[in-house]
Amino acid sequence: MTRPPVMSLRGITHSFGAVRALIDVDLDVSAHEVVAVVGDNGAGKSTLVGVMAGALVPDAGEVVVDGREVRLSSPGLARQLGIATVFQDLALCEDLDVVENLFLGQELRRGPVLDEVAMEREALRLLAQLSARVTSVRGPVSGLSGGQRQAVAVARALLGEPRVLVLDEPTAALGITQTAEVLNLVERVRDRGYGVVLVSQNMADVQAVADRVVVLRRGRVNGDFDAETASYEDIIAAITGIAPTRRRGGVS
Amino acid sequence: MTVPVVDRGGIPVADRPDWRWRSWDERDPGRIPVLIALVLIALVFQALNGAYLSADNLVNLALQASTTGILTLGVVLVLMVGQIDLSVGAVSGVAAAVVTVGFVRAGWPLIVAVLVAVAVGTALGAGYGWMFARLGVPSFVITLSGLMVGVGLQAQVLGPTASVNLPYESGLVRFAQQTFLPPVLSAGLVVAVVLAYTTSRLVDRRRRIAAELSAPSLGATAARIAALAAGLGVPVWYLSRGRGVGAIVAVFIGLVWATDIVLRRTQWGRSVRAIGSSVESARLAGFPVRRVYIAAFMACAGLAALAGVLSAGRFAAANQSTGGADLTLTAIAAAVIGGTSLFGGRGSAWSAVLGVAVIHAISSGLTLLTADGSLRYIVTGVVLALAVTVDAVSRRSRGVPGR
Repeated sequence: MTRPPVMSLRGITHSFGAVRALIDVDLDVSAHEVVAVVGDNGAGKSTLVGVMAGALVPDAGEVVVDGREVRLSSPGLARQLGIATVFQDLALCEDLDVVENLFLGQELRRGPVLDEVAMEREALRLLAQLSARVTSVRGPVSGLSGGQRQAVAVARALLGEPRVLVLDEPTAALGITQTAEVLNLVERVRDRGYGVVLVSQNMADVQAVADRVVVLRRGRVNGDFDAETASYEDIIAAITGIAPTRRRGGVS
Repeated sequence: MTVPVVDRGGIPVADRPDWRWRSWDERDPGRIPVLIALVLIALVFQALNGAYLSADNLVNLALQASTTGILTLGVVLVLMVGQIDLSVGAVSGVAAAVVTVGFVRAGWPLIVAVLVAVAVGTALGAGYGWMFARLGVPSFVITLSGLMVGVGLQAQVLGPTASVNLPYESGLVRFAQQTFLPPVLSAGLVVAVVLAYTTSRLVDRRRRIAAELSAPSLGATAARIAALAAGLGVPVWYLSRGRGVGAIVAVFIGLVWATDIVLRRTQWGRSVRAIGSSVESARLAGFPVRRVYIAAFMACAGLAALAGVLSAGRFAAANQSTGGADLTLTAIAAAVIGGTSLFGGRGSAWSAVLGVAVIHAISSGLTLLTADGSLRYIVTGVVLALAVTVDAVSRRSRGVPGR
């Protein structure tokens, strides 16, 4: 790998009771790179997202951000360290408008009162950067389409200028047009220099935007592919474990 | 420099007609229908009885509505975080008992009696908040048991006579019954509020223009200022033709105004609306969810206690029927009629004013027509059903399932 990774997971292991959800998982993410994490149901994808988001503290293993070992013990801490996560359900407030949602919990203030002008300006700037099509930033989020909501959630994640953006199943609930919108969004985020972890079950999405594909199977890394050269069959084989897999680089 | 946001057709959003600056309260859907209903109620009762819109009747109506209104304001806060308090009437009854017994029997100074009464109410609210936020007991059940405990406490405090009178010359009775703002003072307050509003609007507009955001036209700004001036000035002028604006009316409006600012302009207010809209999202966003819940329950019970103290002053007595079951239901109905959603997240402090205005406009009209009290319940019930239906339907049309 040419660039040093912005975030590295080393030997992450986590169990829920007797269930071993993650076993000795390694994952590197560099700037300007989309790493897709794929796997069947129960392969450990959500657990891995939880670890990166700081919502789950793994039983063993380390997280290295910018060459420094860190402990992601809370979502707030993960954000501070530059790892922003967009959860599958987006965690938006339906009754609040787009600006309010973007700055939820991180409101800009002018003295004791909220600075709506600065927040609205920043919201417009962020959404324009992502070329997001949002009809009105002062309309409630309940009036937006799934793709627009995803854009709002991504814009919110980018608010604190993170280094790594973790997207959990961003296209799971979307139609064809909206999926294309979100994938464009992922590419724009990468082109702006962020490292992106795209957790997905949809191979078409993964092949459309990913630079690298990491396959999880039963809690272990079962393949690390270069998206340019790997075939669909190779990746499916690694996901299902039916055929022997060819491994390429990456796994140390 | 901001890049214009474009819509699907590539048209800059800022150029589209529906893209305009709207403040949060303007988006609140419940307000215009309620105002229309209020005008209709006024016209109907005026046609049936010429004394209805007389200054004297409206002065009384405002006094009656204000104590219920303070209760309603607390209910609005609890509804906004998506919870309910069924005990506000009982809490106000306890506070009324504490203030009269403390002042008359125990001989406490008035201010001490008032503070103790409000503190007792707030403490009950803290108990509800703690049980809800820490132990996860549904607020419906907590406050229902709070209602029973409150009724019992009220009887205990009042003791065997079950009714305690406040002397007419006491400060509390004079404040609640006979104190009215002098016309000069009320006019001065109206002018001050309008000036402050004008300044904030103009400053806001200039900042928006400086930030290259869409800003309302000067005409629209002027229209809003004129609407506020008329909305405050005309009632104050009209009431001044009678005895004037009662002190408790001023307290009520002042509390609503302050609550409105807190809800709309501060981070705490934002957290209240976020929690009412989606607790999980609010928690992930880092808001101190438990603390906000506890604060909302405390504010609600504290306001209920204050309303109880003022109503003890207005009736110059406290007895077991002060803050009976009917009062709690009226306060909750008023909050919903005024446009605060039962499902949380949507509402405004001003819905307390609108809601009690509607309810008391109806009850005052029916009283003037010497109608049976039973009719008042039926009419209020129907109005409440209408308001809740509007709430549920508007929520469904926005694609959000009610809980």
